[in-house]
Amino acid sequence: MTTLDVIFGAVGLITAASAVLAVSTHQLVHAALWLVVTLGTLAGCYLILGAELVALVQLLIYVGAVVVLVLFALMLTRAPMGPSPEHSSSSVQRIAAAVVGGGTTVLLAAVLVPALGGEVLPTKAGDTTAIATQLFGTWVWPFELLSVLLLVALIAALAVSRMPTTSPESADVPPESADTSPASAEKVSP
Amino acid sequence: MIHLWLPLMLVCILAGAGAYGVIARRNAVLVLIGVELILNSANLLFVTMGSVRGDTLRTGSVLTLFLITIAAAEIGVALAVILALFRKRGHIDLSEPGA
Repeated sequence: MTTLDVIFGAVGLITAASAVLAVSTHQLVHAALWLVVTLGTLAGCYLILGAELVALVQLLIYVGAVVVLVLFALMLTRAPMGPSPEHSSSSVQRIAAAVVGGGTTVLLAAVLVPALGGEVLPTKAGDTTAIATQLFGTWVWPFELLSVLLLVALIAALAVSRMPTTSPESADVPPESADTSPASAEKVSP
Repeated sequence: MIHLWLPLMLVCILAGAGAYGVIARRNAVLVLIGVELILNSANLLFVTMGSVRGDTLRTGSVLTLFLITIAAAEIGVALAVILALFRKRGHIDLSEPGA
């Protein structure tokens, strides 16, 4: 056990525990807040693994934008603040989900850990300069394509949220409520 | 020096927790949280493998950045769909049949 092993173990333990809490807590807003802890400590894991740029982008986009979008969606769909047992699923569904989730973990571990678990990751300084050179050299066309993808996603989100609804219960909702969803969808554009 | 089984076990736990969240949750936004966890486990696997096999193209880090961008686009569209669903049905409970 090296020092980095211990540090990664501690940070990874927080990540794993908060991920399990994020999918198992009965309070909807707490799930989003545990997701913040998961994604933030995952950025710490990237930092320990020597990928500073990825860690910073993870903090910026996931903790900064995605979690805000999730919280916005929870508020706009009138999520209850306290514990909401009426939103929890049946025990059969939870047991089935636990079997599938545990099976996924065990199967992935059975494949990955014997194949690669014995190797040791050498400590090295981050090579952000090399990543930038490759990103805007070799990978520049996929990069440009992704900017087009973001634009298409933004327009699609706008189009979906402006789609006219025909159900009778939404007929009495004034169009002000429709104006809130494009505002939350636009946050993803930067 | 990091022994590689530590990040790999974290990848497995994140993927398992995400799969549990996708199946066990009834609220559509909470299902999305499960999807985010699965995507993040893929990201961690990319970063780990990129650090081990340091290739000249820096594939691990670059593909992780691409995947983060795709996840941001995905969650934007998905939340717009969820809000449209909420305006049409009045709830986003996935266990109830559609109108």
